[in-house]
Amino acid sequence: MKLDSKIPSGPLGQKWDKHKFDLKLISPANKRKFEVIVVGSGLAGGSAAATLAELGYSVKSFCYQDSPRRAHSIAAQGGINAAKNYQNDGDSVQRLFYDTIKGGDFRAREANVHRLAQVSVSIIDQCVAQGVPFAREYGGLLDNRSFGGAQVSRTFYARGQTGQQLMLGAYQALSRQIGLGTVKMYPRTEMLDLVVVDGHAKGIVVRDMVTGEISSHAADAVVLATGGYGPVFYLSTNAVGCNVTGTFRAFKKGAAFANPCYTQIHPTCIPVSGDHQSKLTLMSESLRNDGRVWVPKRKEDCAKSPGSIAEADRDYILERKYPSFGNLAPRDISSRAAKEVCDEGRGVGPGGLGVYLDFNDAIHRLGAAKIRERYGNLFDMYERITGENAYQQPMRIYPAVHYTMGGLWVDYNLMSNLPGLFVLGEANFSDHGANRLGASALMQGLADGYFILPYTIGHYFASSKQTRPKADDAEFRKVEEEVAARTKRLLSIKGKKTPRAFHRELGKLMWENCGMARSKASLELNLKRIPELREEFWNSVNVAGEAGDLNQTLEHAGRVADFLEFGELLCLDALTREESAGGHFRVEHQEEGECKRDDENFAHVAAWEFQGEGKAPLRHTEPLVYEEVHMSTRSYK
Amino acid sequence: MEKGMNLTLIVWRQKDAKSAGSFATYAARNVSPDMSFLEMLDVVNEGLALRGEEPIAFDSDCREGICGTCSCVINGVAHGGQKATTACQLHMRKFRDGDTLTIEPWRAKAFPVVKDLVVDRSSFDRIIQAGGFVSVRTGGTPDGNAIPVSKEDSDLAMDAAQCIGCGACVAACKNASAMLFVSAKVSHLGLLPQGKVEQDWRVLNMVKQMDAEGFGACTVTGSCEAVCPKEITLDNIARMNRDYGVATAKGK
Repeated sequence: MKLDSKIPSGPLGQKWDKHKFDLKLISPANKRKFEVIVVGSGLAGGSAAATLAELGYSVKSFCYQDSPRRAHSIAAQGGINAAKNYQNDGDSVQRLFYDTIKGGDFRAREANVHRLAQVSVSIIDQCVAQGVPFAREYGGLLDNRSFGGAQVSRTFYARGQTGQQLMLGAYQALSRQIGLGTVKMYPRTEMLDLVVVDGHAKGIVVRDMVTGEISSHAADAVVLATGGYGPVFYLSTNAVGCNVTGTFRAFKKGAAFANPCYTQIHPTCIPVSGDHQSKLTLMSESLRNDGRVWVPKRKEDCAKSPGSIAEADRDYILERKYPSFGNLAPRDISSRAAKEVCDEGRGVGPGGLGVYLDFNDAIHRLGAAKIRERYGNLFDMYERITGENAYQQPMRIYPAVHYTMGGLWVDYNLMSNLPGLFVLGEANFSDHGANRLGASALMQGLADGYFILPYTIGHYFASSKQTRPKADDAEFRKVEEEVAARTKRLLSIKGKKTPRAFHRELGKLMWENCGMARSKASLELNLKRIPELREEFWNSVNVAGEAGDLNQTLEHAGRVADFLEFGELLCLDALTREESAGGHFRVEHQEEGECKRDDENFAHVAAWEFQGEGKAPLRHTEPLVYEEVHMSTRSYK
Repeated sequence: MEKGMNLTLIVWRQKDAKSAGSFATYAARNVSPDMSFLEMLDVVNEGLALRGEEPIAFDSDCREGICGTCSCVINGVAHGGQKATTACQLHMRKFRDGDTLTIEPWRAKAFPVVKDLVVDRSSFDRIIQAGGFVSVRTGGTPDGNAIPVSKEDSDLAMDAAQCIGCGACVAACKNASAMLFVSAKVSHLGLLPQGKVEQDWRVLNMVKQMDAEGFGACTVTGSCEAVCPKEITLDNIARMNRDYGVATAKGK
């Protein structure tokens, strides 16, 4: 397999403009002749489908939810970065670019990240024009705030619901196109496989989640914007429906999966309350602007009420360890700091798996009313879930799986190694390296969908000169039969354990052995246990209900089956990457508790190629060549 | 340690849109007060599946109160009655040991039942498709700060824009009116200079589609506002009525 990143030549700051000029165009009259399938309707998929339709392409959009408005982008709280420098505090495209590359621990592709910083400014303009109600100053101009890992205020926000408002902007743009008849929308429809004809992605096989009907859709290109794979850990801040099936099925059809071991554990989530737990809830990182993270200095104090612990007996862990960034240290670093003190036995709350996030100082300094104005909805949410009032006692927080930086490998055009397969947003791997900075996911999703894919997809059509197959061609029939057979098999086992029980068990293995700290031994244990669990699944899973019906157990079973294969790939990648970088922390590779990268041997993207059932996947590498940035040690001290 | 609660659930079961439905009774045992309402249903469903019965179908996704997917009426109240709270964020500590809970789908002509507690809310999508947007294309937009918006208008627009499209307002209304949902979008966009340009056209089209979908007229009882998990207010309906009147008077 050849991994050609197709990074344009020329100086970094001019690559994207030069490339846009070099890309071939499709004439307006010819665009409607090209059909594009977009899977996923979040920020990346929704913005792409709307924009492609505006340009004149014929678009089909698919989502598993009952409406394209519900994709999990909607849950993003904090904000979206853009290099507008409206605050006159020294921001620039170059600085956003550098912060993002550094935040990713020098494991992202330089040219992609620079382009992301460049288009970030257009995203804000676009969203404002759509009517996204960003926060305003009294003079009527846009407000900004600083966000985890940045020393400038470049984050645009809409209260604590920025993702929701950007998502609704994209949904409304998409709805406009659906109303105009240029996008055909398929809600409650799940992609179950990719169809490849003569080496090009040419369509998908889907299941109608209401009738159970399995059918095929052919197109000139397939765009996957299916999000990340966080729920391989069972508990995460993702929606319960989020899954890896779209990207993993593409992997099994030949698309390379890059850096699956880069997973982001978010430091500020509400701790687990019991085995019944179905998901974890994030408390926005913005809380760290005013909240101070601490635990008792002495183990014996952990059970005491926090108010009774004297100032001198408190350990403000982030302020102590990272004086220049303090409580705003990046996510991976803050999460590990929390884990470290809990491992020492200084954690608080049930099970000792929590640290305090304390607003007492901020309330004294600014008044409770100001804190309520800034974070009221988050404090309310915290109270609904825990029954505790965070105005009166500190929040308890603990890290949880939040975002996945790995994903399908794509070139500079966002096309995978399978021609005709484009991958956007969290589903691809390209921009965040080994760790994503706060407020960068929304930026990347919208950059890909509004401003990058619409340019690059035309070049593929103009240069590949492919024909579109029919959805009843032999290859589609074959894949439909495979999908139907798999469904039938899942329903026929009738064993003793539910898909959820398997999912929970897989999640525990992943969290314990491949979570915030990974070792050779823990990963090898998983590589032994996961195949065993998978075998048990296929022998004794119990999937209730029927195939030709709305069957949520069946939907879940199919997703868990893919997670049971994908989890192994993730652990294999983590085992092979013999260094620590960003969210990937190998205990063997550390320096005073911090990540120790190995730039000599691992300054590359690892992209895995499927070799067939039961065979080990093949690891390919794409070297990361930095033309402008010097790879330094990432320090926030 | 608090002891788990034992509850009786009376749940609407309906095979599909064409079949008649009925209530069935289930026991929920040893329920932790820290569970969310939907996690309690997950546990009940695990038990049903292992006994060879079909689990109760219900919609949910984000489980943090923002996607608007979850939708059930609990003891006669959409989302269960905790102020500003979706069913997924309702926690079992709000109930007492021995309680009986009746759980039903949203009931409205424009929201046909798909199965059990799952309903079809595509009528909401079609209302947005009829005009719930600003007609701008991608690209070519002016600088974000070229369009100043007063903080007051921006805050009011944000209040309305928080609507999650769950449909509780419709489920609570005895006329199954969608006025709160539609007016939230009409207000959000109409309060902003970007949206004002098309406001006449927007309000007329969205109301027309709302009527065509079979939603009823506003009762002015405010039951929608009472159950709205995002606390969308009746002010929005007043604003929409005014905008509708203005657009009609202009003969648009």
